[in-house]
Amino acid sequence: MERSNREYTIGAVEDFMLQIGRVVHAGEVELAIFRTSDGAIYAVRNHSPHPKGGPLAEGIVSGYYLYDPLHDWKIDLRTGEIQAPDRGQAEVYPVTVEGGVVKVTLPAAVTTLN
Amino acid sequence: MAAEREKLVLIGNGMAGVGTIEQILKLGGAYDISVFGSEPHPNYNRIMLSYVLEGSKSIEDIILNDLGWYEDNHITLHTGTTVTRIDDQNKLILTDNGLAVPYDKAIIATGSNSFILPVPGSTKDGVVGFRDIADCDAMLAAAKQYRTAAVIGGGLLGLEAAKGLVNLGMDVTVVHLLEDLMERQLDRTASSMLQAELTRQGVRFAMGKQTVELTGEERVTGLRFSDGSVLPAEFVVMAVGIKPNVQLAKDSGITVNRGIVVDDYMQTSMADVYSVGECTEHRGTCYGLVAPLFEQGMVLAKHLSGVQTPGYEGSVVATKLKISGVDVFSAGEFTETPEHTVISAKDEWKRTYKKILLKNNVIVGAVLFGDVTESANLQKLVKNSTEMTNEIYDEVMGTSCCGGGGAKKGMSVEAMADEEIVCGCNGVTKKAIVDAVTENGFTTVDEIKACTGATRSCGGCKPVVEQILQFVLGDSFQQSAKQGICSCTSLSRDEIVAEITAKGLRTTKEVMHVLDWKQAEGCSKCRPAVNYYLGMIYPDTHEDEKESRFVNERMSANIQKDGTYTVIPRMYGGVTTPEDLKRIADVSLKYDVKVVKVTGGQRLDLIGVKKEDVPKVWEELDMPSGYGYAKSLRTVKTCVGSQFCRFGTQDSMGMGAMLERKYERLDMPAKFKMAVNGCPRNCAESCTKDIGIVGNDGGWEVFIGGNGGIKPRIADAFCKVKSDEELVEVCSAVIQYYRETGNYLERTSEWVERMGLEHIQTVVMGNDDNRKELAARIDFALAQVSDPWRKMLDDKNTRTALFEETQV
Repeated sequence: MERSNREYTIGAVEDFMLQIGRVVHAGEVELAIFRTSDGAIYAVRNHSPHPKGGPLAEGIVSGYYLYDPLHDWKIDLRTGEIQAPDRGQAEVYPVTVEGGVVKVTLPAAVTTLN
Repeated sequence: MAAEREKLVLIGNGMAGVGTIEQILKLGGAYDISVFGSEPHPNYNRIMLSYVLEGSKSIEDIILNDLGWYEDNHITLHTGTTVTRIDDQNKLILTDNGLAVPYDKAIIATGSNSFILPVPGSTKDGVVGFRDIADCDAMLAAAKQYRTAAVIGGGLLGLEAAKGLVNLGMDVTVVHLLEDLMERQLDRTASSMLQAELTRQGVRFAMGKQTVELTGEERVTGLRFSDGSVLPAEFVVMAVGIKPNVQLAKDSGITVNRGIVVDDYMQTSMADVYSVGECTEHRGTCYGLVAPLFEQGMVLAKHLSGVQTPGYEGSVVATKLKISGVDVFSAGEFTETPEHTVISAKDEWKRTYKKILLKNNVIVGAVLFGDVTESANLQKLVKNSTEMTNEIYDEVMGTSCCGGGGAKKGMSVEAMADEEIVCGCNGVTKKAIVDAVTENGFTTVDEIKACTGATRSCGGCKPVVEQILQFVLGDSFQQSAKQGICSCTSLSRDEIVAEITAKGLRTTKEVMHVLDWKQAEGCSKCRPAVNYYLGMIYPDTHEDEKESRFVNERMSANIQKDGTYTVIPRMYGGVTTPEDLKRIADVSLKYDVKVVKVTGGQRLDLIGVKKEDVPKVWEELDMPSGYGYAKSLRTVKTCVGSQFCRFGTQDSMGMGAMLERKYERLDMPAKFKMAVNGCPRNCAESCTKDIGIVGNDGGWEVFIGGNGGIKPRIADAFCKVKSDEELVEVCSAVIQYYRETGNYLERTSEWVERMGLEHIQTVVMGNDDNRKELAARIDFALAQVSDPWRKMLDDKNTRTALFEETQV
């Protein structure tokens, strides 16, 4: 468990290819970082909320949605909400981009098990 | 040692009793068990005696539980010992050889005896029943010594005995009291067909004859009938029926009618004494067949093991004749009365007959002759008192035309239990689908898919989901409206491909924008599909879109459930070298590969490679990608062939490797498997490959559209060619035509059925110019491909983006 909100600098915008997820370990937490076709960057914990788990970084990105590579769940990258017919919640974290530098803020009580 | 266990004594060492004991052991019932059997054998399968007689099995073959089984389970077995009385005052089992064994619970499973007609002469030598191993031995001995035999009784047992004796070389006449054989199991039509069939097989019949005397001195010489006629016979088998063996129960003071009377938990009138099997009478019925005995045993085993169970409610009796290649079956009611609705089909040329009886539209009975494939299904339908529907009718009468789905064949959706899983991939039950349809007013499979997830993975259950939809909607069901390739568009594959070509569209984004996709950037279904179509249309200029590739193709490796990957290097034609094996072993050790598995396609799969290690493994293997992850040629499976095999007529290894080198790396609508065989023995299993090739002395035979996977299909014979060059040209043309016309993810097994085999033959074989053009187009496309592992190793940016993880 982290004690308080922590901000991590995870790289430059151009480190992230459009619509190709990338894995970043921020402290103890494994993240999947996505750059959507409009250039925005999103951070999700690299762990599917599907009962069987598995990574998310390799999924297909369409607009603001991510298709889970193993289970084909459709995940809203902005909210982490799983779209019908499935139900669930992926953990998403706030991202800021300043001067081409990408930062992710992880909340204090983020679980670290993957 | 725990407290003293209760003593359970089984009287009768046959199938019903020992079957019950087996169930008790499985359920963990803790008893000290003793078993008494009159015969000198351990438990054997009485049903198989016909095979022993026929000579296709030995006594050893039909033993169900050998002596070791009794020992292993600490069961005391007394063979050759007959129990004479149960003393319920002192709770003792008394035997003919003076034993007195204490019991807490006892099971009587004494079975039944052959019913010997009470006519003069029935005790002469040469007269036997057909019931146990001793009878079987007598029949085998008689066949060596005598020529003529008579079997009295034209029922199941009599016919099996007769057929067995005919096979042993005897001249056999079946004597039957009535005009119809097996009248208690078959209707008149099936009976007469059966008689005709058995006559063809050498059995004679004396029908409508009542035996009044067996003639002879010490030994039988013949039969005299009530009409005064006689039939010479040196050996007579009585097979007029069985009677429950109730002597012990009677002598012990237990209530007996025809059999030992029991309640629904197989409890007799004597406390702590139970009865199962042929000696038992339940609700007025004694059963002489095996299925009910197992059902009774199951209930009793649960009851004695303290497991909750509903009581036994009787069985629907079904009959199957098991011998002589004549298949007959019946279940439930089989003789029509005015209140039955009869469905029947008789085919005198194929000698098959099928009849189903309905009462108020409920299936109450069936008879099958000649083709009994539907027997298990019909038995279930009768047992469940299923209502007849169009689907069931189509299924059982063989008039159905739709292919099966993922769900079990032989279940109509109506008869399907609510909790039965329809979609095995996503665990969606029938009830979930029915509820989704009724609660939301759905009318399409797509809506069901979006709501429940059924059909979304492998699609195998789609026909069943469609049937359920139809069943719920009834008359308001309409065949689904025009469907696009996914929910992002209403355009079909052909329309999309035509638009791409006509408008010169170049990227998935452009296609989706111009063709007005509902979701601007598509979904996981259409993005990979459109990316494939673009590559197929523009083989030299299309920039493959990594972001539109499914994970495995994007990474050029198969992802596993834990996020690790598998790496499969090429082994052309399934042939490798010691040097390559050594390198695979070294790399596997170095990168701590979890499992090295031999695949079905004759190569090695390195399982459990960490994502970051994948490129290093490629680099150190320094072998081409085997494309085990791709919609592309996987392997060309081969047999040993003429290089070494004594049967080989063609060099299958060489041809397989050559074809694999030629067609590797090219994108196709779906994964593609091939096989090459050096002779018609077909060791590399061509019949289940997209293209299967079988060599013979003087050329090659080509088969297409085989599949061993989700919907097995045997490949169709496509053509024969004489030379290797022709073979390659045919393969090229077939693959290219499939690439140009196949739907994305459509295997050739489906493609061949959709396009029609003859159509494909006409396109490829009917016109030399066509074939050569197709072959030229594939050659052009093949000239563009390169090894993806090498490419990734040479492209640092993509490799880093895909495989490397950063730590901050």
